[in-house]
Amino acid sequence: MGLSALAPLWSSPGLLLVIALHPALSVPTHRDYCVLGAGPAGLQMAYFLQRAGRDYAVFERTQRPGSFFTRYPRHRKLISINKRYTGNANSEFNLRHDWNSLLSHDPRLLFRHYSRAYFPDAHDMVRYLGDFTDTLGLRVLYNTTITHVTLDKDQRAWNGHYFILTDQKGQVHQCSVLLVATGLSVPNQVDFPGSEYVEGYESVSVDPEDFVGQNVLILGRGNSAFETADNILGVTNFIHMLSRSRVRLSWATHYVGDLRAINNGLLDTYQLKSLDGLLESDLTDLAILKDSKGKFHVTLKFFLEEAGTNQSTDSITLPQDDNDNFAMRVPYDRVIRCLGWNFDFSIFNKSLRLNSGNAFGKKYPLIRASYESKGSRGLFVLGTASHSVDYRKSAGGFIHGFRYTARAVHRLLEHRHHGIAWPATELPITQLTSSIVRRVNEASGLYQMFGVLADVVLLKENATAFEYLEEFPLQMVAQLEMLTGRKAQHGLFVIIMEYGRNFSGPDKDVFFDNRSVGQTEDAWQSNFLHPVIYYYRHLPTEQEVRFRPAHWPLPRPTAIHHIVEDFLTDWTAPIGHILPLRRFLENCLDTDLRSFYAESCFLFALTRQKLPPFCQQGYLRMQGLVSTESLRQHRVESWLPRNHAATDSRLEDSSQQPGDHEPLDAPMAPGPLAQSLDSNKEEL
Amino acid sequence: MRLLDLCRTMEFQLPSALLFNEVKYITNLEDLQNIENALKGKANIVFSYVRAIGIPEHRAVMEAAFVYGTTYQFVLTTEIALLESIGSEDVENARLYFFHCKLVLDLTQQCRSTLMEQPLTTLNIHLFIKIMKAPLLTEVADDPQQVSTVHLQLGLPLVFIVSQQATYEADRRTAEWVAWRLLGKAGVLLLLRDSLEVNIPQHANVVFKRAEKGVPMEFLVLHDVDLIISHVENNIHVEEIQEDEDDDVEGPDIDTQDDEVAETVYRDRKRKLPLELTVELTEETFNATVMASDNIVLFYVDWQAVSMAFLQSYIDVAIKLKGTSTMLLTRINCADWPDVCTKQNVTEFPFVKMYKKGKNPVSYTGMLGTEDLLKFIQLNRISYPVNITSIQEAEEYLSGELYKDLISYSSMSVLGLFSPNMTTAKEDFSEAGNYLKGYVITGIYSEEDVSLLSNKYAATLPALLLARHTEGKIESIPLASTHAQDVVQIITDALLETFPEITVENLPSYFRLQKPLLILFSDGSINPQYKNAILTLVKQKYLDSFTPCWLNLKNTPVGRGILQAYFDPLPPLPLLVLVNLHSGGQVFAFPSDQAIIEENLVLWLKKLEVGLENPITILPAQEWKPPLPAYDFLSMMDAATSQHDTEKVPKCMKETDVQENDKEQYEDKSAVRKEPIETLRIKHWNRSNWFKEAEKSFKCDKEL
Repeated sequence: MGLSALAPLWSSPGLLLVIALHPALSVPTHRDYCVLGAGPAGLQMAYFLQRAGRDYAVFERTQRPGSFFTRYPRHRKLISINKRYTGNANSEFNLRHDWNSLLSHDPRLLFRHYSRAYFPDAHDMVRYLGDFTDTLGLRVLYNTTITHVTLDKDQRAWNGHYFILTDQKGQVHQCSVLLVATGLSVPNQVDFPGSEYVEGYESVSVDPEDFVGQNVLILGRGNSAFETADNILGVTNFIHMLSRSRVRLSWATHYVGDLRAINNGLLDTYQLKSLDGLLESDLTDLAILKDSKGKFHVTLKFFLEEAGTNQSTDSITLPQDDNDNFAMRVPYDRVIRCLGWNFDFSIFNKSLRLNSGNAFGKKYPLIRASYESKGSRGLFVLGTASHSVDYRKSAGGFIHGFRYTARAVHRLLEHRHHGIAWPATELPITQLTSSIVRRVNEASGLYQMFGVLADVVLLKENATAFEYLEEFPLQMVAQLEMLTGRKAQHGLFVIIMEYGRNFSGPDKDVFFDNRSVGQTEDAWQSNFLHPVIYYYRHLPTEQEVRFRPAHWPLPRPTAIHHIVEDFLTDWTAPIGHILPLRRFLENCLDTDLRSFYAESCFLFALTRQKLPPFCQQGYLRMQGLVSTESLRQHRVESWLPRNHAATDSRLEDSSQQPGDHEPLDAPMAPGPLAQSLDSNKEEL
Repeated sequence: MRLLDLCRTMEFQLPSALLFNEVKYITNLEDLQNIENALKGKANIVFSYVRAIGIPEHRAVMEAAFVYGTTYQFVLTTEIALLESIGSEDVENARLYFFHCKLVLDLTQQCRSTLMEQPLTTLNIHLFIKIMKAPLLTEVADDPQQVSTVHLQLGLPLVFIVSQQATYEADRRTAEWVAWRLLGKAGVLLLLRDSLEVNIPQHANVVFKRAEKGVPMEFLVLHDVDLIISHVENNIHVEEIQEDEDDDVEGPDIDTQDDEVAETVYRDRKRKLPLELTVELTEETFNATVMASDNIVLFYVDWQAVSMAFLQSYIDVAIKLKGTSTMLLTRINCADWPDVCTKQNVTEFPFVKMYKKGKNPVSYTGMLGTEDLLKFIQLNRISYPVNITSIQEAEEYLSGELYKDLISYSSMSVLGLFSPNMTTAKEDFSEAGNYLKGYVITGIYSEEDVSLLSNKYAATLPALLLARHTEGKIESIPLASTHAQDVVQIITDALLETFPEITVENLPSYFRLQKPLLILFSDGSINPQYKNAILTLVKQKYLDSFTPCWLNLKNTPVGRGILQAYFDPLPPLPLLVLVNLHSGGQVFAFPSDQAIIEENLVLWLKKLEVGLENPITILPAQEWKPPLPAYDFLSMMDAATSQHDTEKVPKCMKETDVQENDKEQYEDKSAVRKEPIETLRIKHWNRSNWFKEAEKSFKCDKEL
């Protein structure tokens, strides 16, 4: 398809002109993977593509990576934590508390080497991203602004079409897969009468001197609004903050995008009646008037419409005219808009169908839980712009979340286009409990992307072995076989992390008494982030996922297990954590997952026709576990095994086992314990 | 019916919708009366009060409802007031009533109810309903000694009201009256004396029969119904036993460790191991250490019981090797350094690898114990196969002189004999020798004068010479195929003895042969006569289809446990048994009154062959099922939801746009807000141990 044929679709004649000036450059260069934007998400994706040896390029508008951070946040303090010490050596675990590093194999490329500050400076992020790119040799084309993206249908293309990217020089790039990591770059503006008087977060002065003795009105209630307020809190007469809905504190919602405690200085002064204040109102009903002295008055759009157009500003009705204690009756010196950001849809041709059309669709492009565009196959959205998947829920809009989703997208692509199945470890069933315990204790992807990414255990036939898959997008579980190239014919476990179902919310008291659960039998009522394991006999269908019960991240499972929340997030307690998990797994698989010493296996081998999996997979393969003298001693002391070397009285006791008398009707129950407990009562 | 299985099935196959329909949740007396009225003449009701949703009693009721919900109407309340209004004085505990509404035909009449007196547990409810299901009164004309009803099977006594033709009508009314009074406590029967063949004492009008076996029946003369009742009530002590059992099924021992490795490691946690005898590696030191010297590395995770049990053996190896080995014993905790372990391709724990300079790392695949690992380390001091270069050296090698200090770790030395030009055969043998390194000593000889050796030991090249050091014998095996795999197989087979002492360590290698084991159990060393008798039979090919072996109870005390499973009572040792482990599990015992001599053995084997011998026992073929049930959180979650929206069908969520979710979070507030209070209540009820109690006393002023 020629470029001229596309031209009429374009809305901007200016762009058309640009293309027309460079007809000679229109021979496209092909790449399998094109990444838009050399920010954290684009670089993270580039890293995985590079490691896999794929044909890719990153297109970057400016001359260095991470240009967003050269200007934002305006007050230069990142609110993503840079926890350099955890007391734990485990590098995977430490990523749970490192919100700035990208994933790589190189331990030098950890953010803690770039800043000592707990809330680091944005310049350090710029430096870090630059180093990340250079050290790993990522292929970034700088100073390349993609001005237009469209589709070119082609049978031979991986996805039935190529993505055609045109840069500012008219150079055309043909891509099999397009990975959009352009972030949210367009300031969100609300249109109301007088909005022209409003200064934007992106351009307002950050020098407190410019605000001395002023009355300031800030629109918005997010971190940027509070960050702006904090900066000038000490010099203004007062700050009023106006937003559509109540403030959401991240420690109550457990969502890092809500207001963080580090920015909440204004809440303090509001509640202590130190002149600053918070108000709720829908911004679209507002109007701002500028009076003859250059001061701003807040009124309602309604009054403005009533008054008509030819009235002078001073004679328009103000709310306080009717209602003389109206909160915002004072005139303001400045009005600042801090309303967040939207995705830049302007470069994408309509045929890509990135825009959903509704109001929320103005902020984020429309994508599936696999991060693939709903409108165009082969187009994936990464990074902040992909946050629609877990907006106000998890961390997918932030570095510490999307570094994992980028990896998940990469794994999906490796399977789709290169036949490489989702990485998995196959292990004998005796390792199942340990594998799960290990992951829930160290995995950072599960922890950061709670409720979004899940580990999946795929059982093999007869449940003698399993495959362990890490960090699969939860909502895509119905399509797991197709997306991963793995088989889930014999049941599966899905392991995720969850907060308590009713614990989080802007109005929740998260410090109530008894908020923490300590008893294993109450584990399902755990409030703080804790591991939850879902068992399914069959892979859930798409229908089941879509029509799952309200507030459930997954469809109703065959069985569910909660590992009780832990103050230290250390889920390795033998009785409190591991034992209940084993019982759950045993009952799902209908087998005995206990471990046994070689001596017990020996006894079982000669007194039973079947052996427990641990003996089958260990002892019988000449890999039995031999106990040491000291352990043998404990074994004798505990009630667990029968003491075979013991005195005669002991022998007599055991000889009364029913199994000895009626071997056919009353076979011994498995295991020494079960034998002692169950032998009589099992038969009703 | 196996109750445990029942519980398990219920817990994991329970469709929740079913539960909601089956159990009606009510809050006042009127509701109860409405249900009663609706069911009169139609069905019986199981009505229960539990203090809160989600507690064990509630679960027990829900589980029972799952089984019996189609037969009876289950009704549940958590309102104390309701319980009081039906006349219960005890409102402290959960209660369960059985309303006999099916019998009521007159709508103005109330349904009779029976209170379950045992605590609310799955088992008790199950038993209770079974009893309620049984006929109220049974007429019998048989010997009371022979009569058995469901009551007796469930451990309840039987009360026979003796009747005669003349007073039949009156006796029947009395019996019915008694039956109602004793419902749930005993079974009541009407015994027709006239048609009875057995004699019962003349004046006795009541026969009392206990559930316990062997207790004689009591013939009583009781002229008052109350006396009958009190006699029965004073003589029931079955309940206590049942309560104990219930505890086993229901509560605490789900939380009791039943994994012997986990339990012993836990009990041993405070003992300090001399860990300093091994070098702890980190991500930083791993590569340098592994490159610098020969290393054994133990990969473990410190929270895993099996790892920690094996760490003890590992330290024991270090103690034994202290100062004598060039091999460095190191360990790395993969819970701290996951990247190192992943890079070394270690995904299961514990795992041992040997790193030798300039060679590929070797995974240890032997028993996780001191002895085998020590053997592996010692044998790996030299590399295999050993290249033997002279006849004299070969003889020293075969006699065990050459590696005197190693032959205690390998009872056999293998020497491959090849002509110098058999290049591929030699390569294959080297591969096999390398594969077996650490488990058996192998050597290779392929000098020009190899024929001297092959002639001496009557071997055709290529061949293996096997020197069994304990027996001082050298045998030769021709190598028909020289593939490394086949050579490995030949050597491993050759390592098996004809009449071994079976031990915990070596059973797996004999077990693999899939033949019935002929085991002679001996208290101490084996009597040489027996040994000779068996070896003679082996030579005469009588035992080709078996694996003959003996077991020394002094070395392998666990053998006593095996004998107990085979014999009752245990005859004197020695005992010879044939265990058909792989097909059928029959155990046959050689008659202990016969002498273990060839003739008797041959005769016995022949009888076995033609099926004239009966097994003394058959080993259970039971599968290894979960030892105990797990917490059924799904039901608890269901119960909690059903409590505050009993009528509401579970809401379904479409894959909504995020915006809708956003909105929903606000709209849902009111509905959702209640829950913490409710769930909290459950938690309060549930606390049982001292810790929670203590916590409570700290916070009592803040209780909800």
